[in-house]
Amino acid sequence: MTTYPFSLSGARLKALPSGGLWWPDRRILVVSDLHLGKAERHARRGGPMLPPYETRDTLFRLEADITRTNAQTMICLGDSFDDNMSEQNLPDDEKLWIARLQAGRKWIWITGNHDPGPLELGGSHLSELPIPPLVFRHETNRHSSGEISGHFHPKAQLSVQGRGVSRPCFLIDMNRVIMPAYGTFTGGLGSHLPPLSTLMRPDALAVLTGKSARPIPMPR
Amino acid sequence: MNGLDHINAWIKHKGWTLHPHQSQLIETAHYPAQLLIAPTGAGKTLSGFLPSLIELATGEHTGLHTLYVSPLKALANDIKRNLTAPITEMGLNLRVEDRTGDTSQSTKRRQRVDPPHILLTTPESLALLVSYPEAETFFSTLKRVIIDEIHALSETKRGDQLFLALGRLQQHSPTLRRIGLSATVDDPNAIARLMAPHPSPCPILYADAGPPPDISMLLGDTPPPWSGGGANYAIADVLDQIRAHKTTLIFHNTRAQAEIFFHNLWLANHDNLPIAIHHGSLDREQRHKVEQAMVQGQLRAIVCTGSLDLGIDWGDVDLVIQIGAPKNVKRLVQRIGRANHRYNTPSKAMIVPANRFEIIECHAALTAVLDGDLDGDPPPRGPLDVLCQHIVLLACAGPLDPASLFDEIRTVGAYSDLTRATFDDCLDFCVTGGYALRRYDNWHRLQYGPDGKIRLRDPRAAHRIRMNAGTIQDTDTVKVRLGKNRAGKPLGEIEESFAATLAPGDTFLIGGQIVRFESMRELTVMVSRAATKKPKIATFMGTKFATSTQLCDRILTGFETDAFADLPDYTRHWLDQQRSLSRLPDRDSLLVETFPHKDQNYLCVFGFAGRNAQQTLGLLLTNRMETLGTAPMGFVATDYATLIWGLDKIDTPEDLFDKSALQNGFETWLSSNAVMKQAFRSVATIAGLIERNLLGLRKSGRQASFSSDILYDTLRKYDPDHLLMRIAQTEALSGLVDYGRINAMLERVGDRIEHRHLPHVSPFAAPLLLEVGRIHIQGEGIERILDAETKALFQAAGLKE
Repeated sequence: MTTYPFSLSGARLKALPSGGLWWPDRRILVVSDLHLGKAERHARRGGPMLPPYETRDTLFRLEADITRTNAQTMICLGDSFDDNMSEQNLPDDEKLWIARLQAGRKWIWITGNHDPGPLELGGSHLSELPIPPLVFRHETNRHSSGEISGHFHPKAQLSVQGRGVSRPCFLIDMNRVIMPAYGTFTGGLGSHLPPLSTLMRPDALAVLTGKSARPIPMPR
Repeated sequence: MNGLDHINAWIKHKGWTLHPHQSQLIETAHYPAQLLIAPTGAGKTLSGFLPSLIELATGEHTGLHTLYVSPLKALANDIKRNLTAPITEMGLNLRVEDRTGDTSQSTKRRQRVDPPHILLTTPESLALLVSYPEAETFFSTLKRVIIDEIHALSETKRGDQLFLALGRLQQHSPTLRRIGLSATVDDPNAIARLMAPHPSPCPILYADAGPPPDISMLLGDTPPPWSGGGANYAIADVLDQIRAHKTTLIFHNTRAQAEIFFHNLWLANHDNLPIAIHHGSLDREQRHKVEQAMVQGQLRAIVCTGSLDLGIDWGDVDLVIQIGAPKNVKRLVQRIGRANHRYNTPSKAMIVPANRFEIIECHAALTAVLDGDLDGDPPPRGPLDVLCQHIVLLACAGPLDPASLFDEIRTVGAYSDLTRATFDDCLDFCVTGGYALRRYDNWHRLQYGPDGKIRLRDPRAAHRIRMNAGTIQDTDTVKVRLGKNRAGKPLGEIEESFAATLAPGDTFLIGGQIVRFESMRELTVMVSRAATKKPKIATFMGTKFATSTQLCDRILTGFETDAFADLPDYTRHWLDQQRSLSRLPDRDSLLVETFPHKDQNYLCVFGFAGRNAQQTLGLLLTNRMETLGTAPMGFVATDYATLIWGLDKIDTPEDLFDKSALQNGFETWLSSNAVMKQAFRSVATIAGLIERNLLGLRKSGRQASFSSDILYDTLRKYDPDHLLMRIAQTEALSGLVDYGRINAMLERVGDRIEHRHLPHVSPFAAPLLLEVGRIHIQGEGIERILDAETKALFQAAGLKE
C-alpha cells in the first residue's frame, strides 16, 4: 500500500490511498466531503432506504488513517455532514465514535455548503484556515496558491483493457490540491468535465485512490 | 337477439366460418382461465375477443369490461384498428381505447374515471393502473382479460409483474376470466400454470398447426470458416436468396453481427436491392421507418435481431434466414411461424452456419424442429424483487392487510409456493429496508397503522414510486449523435463500457454506417461520418444467448448415433479425423484433451454446457490451476468447450474436477465478482433501492443516482444476508454465470473423465485455438498473417482446408 509524496508551495505532503492527505512535518491529517448521515437524509426526504452503514464505514476508514499516521490535528474540509439535520440525527453510538477520535487531538471542521452552520460536536469551526505556506478551505477561490480544498468530489475515468474504470482521485498542480470525497456513498465529477477541466493547469496530475495512491496525468 | 346469435350473424354475413378452435374457445369461455396455442395467421387475436364481443353485444354492460394486454405498445395500437372495424360492422356501440406509455396525460386521467368498454394496454401501464386509489372501482366491472403473445411474457420479469397485477384484479373482480394467446411452445402447461389463478384448472386449446415448415441449411460451394460468428462467406448465396424471394428477414444472434453483416452485404449489393437494418440499439425513428417500409412492401430484405420477433405484422415476408446457429430452437420455430403469414401455406426458413462447428449445431437444430422437440429449460420461481415492487405499488392504492395480501400473492402461479417467511422478508424490506441494523424508524416508506395494515407513510411518495416502476432493464448506454452538438441527428445507442474505450479518431459501425468518434459529453457520443477505415465493432452486452441444454444434448447424442452422416464432405472428414486422433465427445463422459502447441501447453474441456457455463468453468478451472501452481495464462470459451493455455503441462486433469473444490472456489469467486454486481444492480433497481428516475433531482454533471457497486460492497461488508443479496445470488447463478449447467454437466459425467494426451491440436480444439489468436489481433496486415497461421495450424492437425 503506497502513498504518493509531493510538494505544494514547499510543504511536503503525502496523498494516502484512502483519499486522505497527510502533512507529516505538522502531523496534520486532512479529509474532505465526508457526507456523514447521507442514507438517513435520503430516507428523510422520502427516497429509498439505503443501507444505513455508510457513516460507520467512513468512520472506520478514518480511524484507520488516524491510527496509522498518529495525527495530532485533524482537518475536515467541509460537507462533513450531509445537511444540517444529519448531525443532530446521527445516532448516539456514532456521535460517541467521533468524540473518541477527537480525544487528545486538535479537530477542525471547515464549513462547507451542505453544512454551513456551526456544529454541536466538539472541535473548532472555521470557514477557512491558513497554515503558511498552505491554506485550507472547502471550495477553491480559484486564485490562491498553496490551497487545499474539496467540494467537487473529483473522479478519474479511464479505459483499462477495454473496460471503463472510474476512481475518486486527488487533483494536484503547482497551485492547488482538490481532494477526493472521503465519504462512502459519495458520487463524483469526472476530471475531464468543467469546472475541473478548466480549473486545473494542463500539467495537473490525478492521483487515484484504491489499494495504492497512483499518479497519472489528469484525464481530460 | 342474444350475443352469440349476433356474432354468428355477422360471421355468416362476412361469408366466413369459425375455426374449430374459435368455436371451442366460445364453448369454454366460462372457465376462469384458458390458453390458446396458435401460429400466426390463425385469427388468434380475434379469437381472444370473441367471448367479450358476445357478452358486450347485448348492450347491457357499463364500465370497463375487457382488458387486453400485450408486450408491445405498437401492438396495442394495431389491435385497436383491427377491432374497430368488426365492431362497427356488427353495429355495436362500444368504446375501444388504448393506454400505453404514449398516451397523453389528459387522456389517462380521463380514462381513470370514465373507462372504455375495452382497454388495450401493456404490462407496465397495468402495473400503474393497479396502484391508483381508484383501481378498486375502476376494475370492479371488469369481466375478461386477454393476454396476447403470452409466450414472450412468460419467461420474463415483465410477465411476473403482469401476473401479480392480475392477482390483484381478481380481488377487485372475483368473476374475472382470463384468456392467454400464445405462439407454439414446448410446454404449454407451464404457461397455463403461470396464467391461471392458482389452483384453478386451465384448458389448453390448439389451433391447427398448419403444414410443417420448409426449413433447410443454406450451404453453398464456399465452406464456412473454421471459427468466428459472422457469415460473410455466405453473402453471395444470401443475395441469391433475396433476389429469389419477395421479402426476406435475416436474423442474427447479436447486434454486432447484424451490423457487420449488413455492412458487408451492402458492399456486395451491386443490384442496389433495398435492404434495411433493424435492432434494439438503433434510434427509434429509424426503426419506425424500417417497420413502415417493411409493412408497405418496400424492402427486399431486413437484417435484424430479435427486435423484430414480436407482434409487428410481417406483411409479405416469405423467407426467414437465420444466420449463425439459433441458440435455442424455440426462437427459431417462432420466427419460422411468422414467415408466409398467410395461414395454410408452409413457412420457409434457412439456417446459415457461421463456422464449421455450427454446421453440426444447425443440423441438430433442424432435426429438432422437424421432430417437434422444442427447448424446455424449467422456468424459475417468481422473483422476489418484482414482488417487492408490486407490494409498494399496491400500497400506493390503499392499505394492505398482510395476511390477505399473502393469500392473494399465492394465487399467482409463479408465487404459489411462496412461504410466509419469505413473504415476511419481502414485507420487511418494503417497510423498513430489511437491514440487520434498524435505523431511521421515522422515515420508513411504508408503515403499520393501528389496524395492523400497511400504508405509505407519506402519500406524496406515490408519484416518485410510480415514476420508478417497471422491470425492463436498460443497460448503461449512451446516445450517439451525428454532428457537433446535442441537437445532432440521433443514430442510436452504444454501451457505456464500449464508449469508454473510444478515443478521437476511432471508428465504429452503427446503423450500418461507419462513424468516427469525436467527443463524449455527459451521456452523448458525438460522431462524424467516416468513409473508409476499417471500423471497430461495438459490442453490445444485450442478452448473451447460450446454446440450450436440449440442443447440446442432441449434438452429443448425434455423435454417438452418427447422425451427421449426410453432412458435406469437409464436415464428415473433420469428424473422422477427430475420432481417429482423439475421440468424439459423448453424453456420459467428459472429454479432456491436452496437447502442446508452439511453446505452450493446452487443455481443452469439451463440456457442451453452453457459452456462459463454459466461461464460468474457465474461470473456475484457471483459479484452481493457480492454487495448484500450474500457472495458467488464459482461456477462451465457446458453447461447447473451454480451452486453457499455460506454461506447465497438466498430466492429471482429473484433479481439476474435484466437485467440492470447484464449489468452494466458486462461492468465493462469485461474491467478489462482476456478475454478482451486475445482478445486484438489476435486482436493486427493480426492488426500488436504486431509483432510475430522479424527477429532476439530477444536478448537472454529477452523478445523482447511487452507484450500485458501492451499495453492493457496503451490503457485502455489513449485511451479507440482506434480501437483495440473496436475490442477486439466485439470479447470478442462473444467468450469465449459469452454474446450474456446470453442475448438471458434472452430474451427468460423474467421474468419467476421458483424458486424451495428443501430440498436437485436435480437429475439435483447433477452432478454439483460432479464437485465441483473434483476441489479440487487430488491423489490416494481420489478415495475411492469420491466413498463413490458419493454414499451418490445420496442416498440423492433419486437415485440409
